[in-house]
Amino acid sequence: MSLQTDNRKFSERTAEGIDNPFMRSAVSSAQDSLKTRRLSAATALGEWEEWRKAGQQIRQHTLKHLDYYLEELARNIDRRGGKIYFARTKEEASAYIGRIVEQKNAKRIVKSKSMVTEEIELNHVLLEMGCEVTETDLGEYILQVDDWEAPSHIVAPALHKDRKQIRRVFAERLGYQGDETPENLARFAREVLRQKFLEADIGITGCNFAVANLGAINLVTNEGNGDLTAAIPKTHIAVMGMERIVPSLEEMEVLDNLLCRSAVGQKLTSYITVMGPSAPGEADGPEDFHLVVVDNGRSDILGSEFNDALQCIRCGACLNVCPVYRHIGGHSYGSIYPGPIGAVITPLLGGYDDYKELPYASSLCAACTDVCPVKIPLHEQLILHRQKIVEQGRTGTADRLQMKTAARVLSSPSLFGKVLRLANPGSRMISSRGRIVRGPAIVRGWTSARDLPQPVRQKDSFRSWMENRKGGSGN
Amino acid sequence: MKVSIFSTCLVDLMFPNVGKAMVEVLERLGCEIDFPASQVCCGQPTYNSGYLEDSKLAMKNMMLAFEHSDYVVGPSGSCIAMFHEYPAVFKGDPQWELKAISLKNKSFELTQFIVHVLGITDVGAHLEGIATYHRSCHMTRLLGEKETPFRLLEQVDGLRLEPLKNSDNCCGFGGTFSVKMPEISAQMVDEKCACVAETGADILISADMGCLMNIGGRLSRNGQSIRVMHIAEVLNCVPAAQGGRSL
Repeated sequence: MSLQTDNRKFSERTAEGIDNPFMRSAVSSAQDSLKTRRLSAATALGEWEEWRKAGQQIRQHTLKHLDYYLEELARNIDRRGGKIYFARTKEEASAYIGRIVEQKNAKRIVKSKSMVTEEIELNHVLLEMGCEVTETDLGEYILQVDDWEAPSHIVAPALHKDRKQIRRVFAERLGYQGDETPENLARFAREVLRQKFLEADIGITGCNFAVANLGAINLVTNEGNGDLTAAIPKTHIAVMGMERIVPSLEEMEVLDNLLCRSAVGQKLTSYITVMGPSAPGEADGPEDFHLVVVDNGRSDILGSEFNDALQCIRCGACLNVCPVYRHIGGHSYGSIYPGPIGAVITPLLGGYDDYKELPYASSLCAACTDVCPVKIPLHEQLILHRQKIVEQGRTGTADRLQMKTAARVLSSPSLFGKVLRLANPGSRMISSRGRIVRGPAIVRGWTSARDLPQPVRQKDSFRSWMENRKGGSGN
Repeated sequence: MKVSIFSTCLVDLMFPNVGKAMVEVLERLGCEIDFPASQVCCGQPTYNSGYLEDSKLAMKNMMLAFEHSDYVVGPSGSCIAMFHEYPAVFKGDPQWELKAISLKNKSFELTQFIVHVLGITDVGAHLEGIATYHRSCHMTRLLGEKETPFRLLEQVDGLRLEPLKNSDNCCGFGGTFSVKMPEISAQMVDEKCACVAETGADILISADMGCLMNIGGRLSRNGQSIRVMHIAEVLNCVPAAQGGRSL
C-alpha cells in the first residue's frame, strides 16, 4: 500500500462507494455507535472543552519546538541502547528497514497496525525482499487475507466490511468453517496469529506517541497485538511520523485520554504501553530496538498555513461524524488517509495533481472541527486548500468564470437588481407550477436530485416589498 | 429598538415570504425596521469555493451597507455566521478590520436576536400541527447557537415538536457543494428526508433557507407532502386580531 490506494477518478470511486449498500450500511451503523460512545466517554471525563484545549496546546507546543523534542528523543533512545533513524523520504524509511531485515537475515515479520508504514509502502518493500509479512491487527489481518485490500478507516481499517463478509473472506481464503459471530471469527484469527508472533524474526509497530524525555514509545491498542509484536521477536522496529511526539508522560496522559475516548469511546483501551530499548539484564523485550522517524513531506507542512493539520493524533473521530464519509466510505478518498483529516493531509503529502477533488468532498458542515480532540480547524483547512487550488489556477475556466461573475453580481446592488428583474422571466420556460425540475447546466447538479423553486417576479421580491411599504425603505 | 434587516440574497430572490414574516414578527415585538437597500450577499458562495479575494467584494459591500445600523438581523444562521467570520478574513487590514469587527458584534440570527437581545421567548404564535426541527450546521457549529429556535418553538401554541433522528448530520446542502458534488449531496439529503418522514411530522422547520430549499426540493422531488416552513413564518402565525397572518 502507498498513500494512493486507487488511481481512478474521484467521481468513479465515489460512484462505486455510493453503489455499495453493504459498505454503506456497515459504515453508517459503525458511525452511529462510535458517535454515541465517543460522546458518553467525553461527557464522563467532564470539562471536555478544557481537555481539548489542553490537547491543542500540547500539540502546538510540541510542533513549535519539534527540533528540540526530536533531539531529546534521539539522545535518550541512544542512551538506552536503541537506534534512531531520521528518514527524509518514504524511500529512505523503507530502505533503512530493508537493511535491518537483510542484516538479521529475517524471513518472518509481524506488524501491528501503523498508518505510516502504509504511507512508506513498507509491506511492498518487505514482500519484494521475499519476507513473509503478517499484519496482526485483526482489521488489518482481514484486509491482508482479502488480497491486501486497502484500509478504509485510520483506526478501524476494515470498517467497511460486515461480519458476513469477514466470515466469507476467512472461509474462502483460510478454510474457516465457523459462523459469523465476532468472537468466533476473532478466535480463529487469534490462533493463526499466535503462531506468527512466536515464529517472527522482527516485529514492526507504529507509534502513537514517542516520549521525548524517556526515549520511549507509547502504543495504544485494544487487541494486545502491538505488545506481542514489540516484545516477542528479537528485533523491534517502531515507525513514527516525525510529529508524533510528546515531551513527557504528563502530556502523554492527556493525549491518550483524548485519543481513546475520541477514537473508540473508551476511557482507556485495553493496552496502553510505554516501551523502548530493553535495559541490560531485562528478561523479556527485544534485543534490538530501532525507531524510524519519517518526514516524507511533514517538514514542508510544519510552519505553513497547514501547520495545524500536524496536530492530528489519528483518532478517526472526524471520520466517524463526517456525513460525506458516511455515504461514500473510506475507499472513495483514494488515500490511506480518508475522511476530513485525509482530505486535508492527503493533498499535502501527495499533491493536488492526484488529490485536488478531496478538499471539495465536504459540505463544510464543520462536524469534524467540532469533534476534533486537538481542535484542528478542519473545515477551515479545507477552505484553505480550495484557496490554494484557485490561486494555482487549477479550478478550470468554467468554474472561474462562474465564480468571478457571481462575485461581481453578489457585491453590486445594481447587478443584483438586474438578476432580480431577469431571473423570473428567464426561468419561465423551464418552470412548471413554480418549480424547476430540470435546470440549465449551471444548476443541473442541483436539479438532478431536487426541485428548485422558481425565482419570484421582481415586483414580488422581498426588496420590492420593503421599498413599497410606508416608511419601510432605508438608506 | 432599531433593527436593520439583512434579508439574505436567497430570501430576496426566492423566498420573500420569509423576509416579510421576519419583518412582521420583529415589528410586532416593538422593533423599528429598516432595509439598507445596497445590501446583496454575505459572500459565502465564493468564499467557501476558495475565491477569497473575489469574495471580499461582497463582504466590503455588506460592511458599508450596514455601517450605520445599530443591529443587523437576518433569517439565516449560516449567513450571519459568515458575517462573524469577517474579522478573521480582514485581520490586519487597516481599512476594513474594525468595520468587520463592528458588523460581527451587531449581527444576530433572528431567533438569537429575539431570545438574547429582546429577551422574549413567547411571541404569541399559534400553529396547529406536529413539527420537527432541522438544525443547520452553520448555525449550531459556526455561530454556536443551538438552543434559541427551540426556546421559541416550545412556546408556539398548538405546535408539537418531534425530535429528528441524526439531527447532527448535515442535510447535504453546503452551498456550491450541492451543485459540485450532486451525487454525494443527494445521498445526504435522501437520508435527511427519510429521518424527517420517520418523525411523522407534517411540518419541517429550520432557521436556514439553504437547508430548507435543499430538503424541501428533495421532498418535492420524492412527492413527500411535508410542509416546509422557515421559523420566521412559524413565529408569524398569530391570530389576525393581533395584527398577524393566521394560517
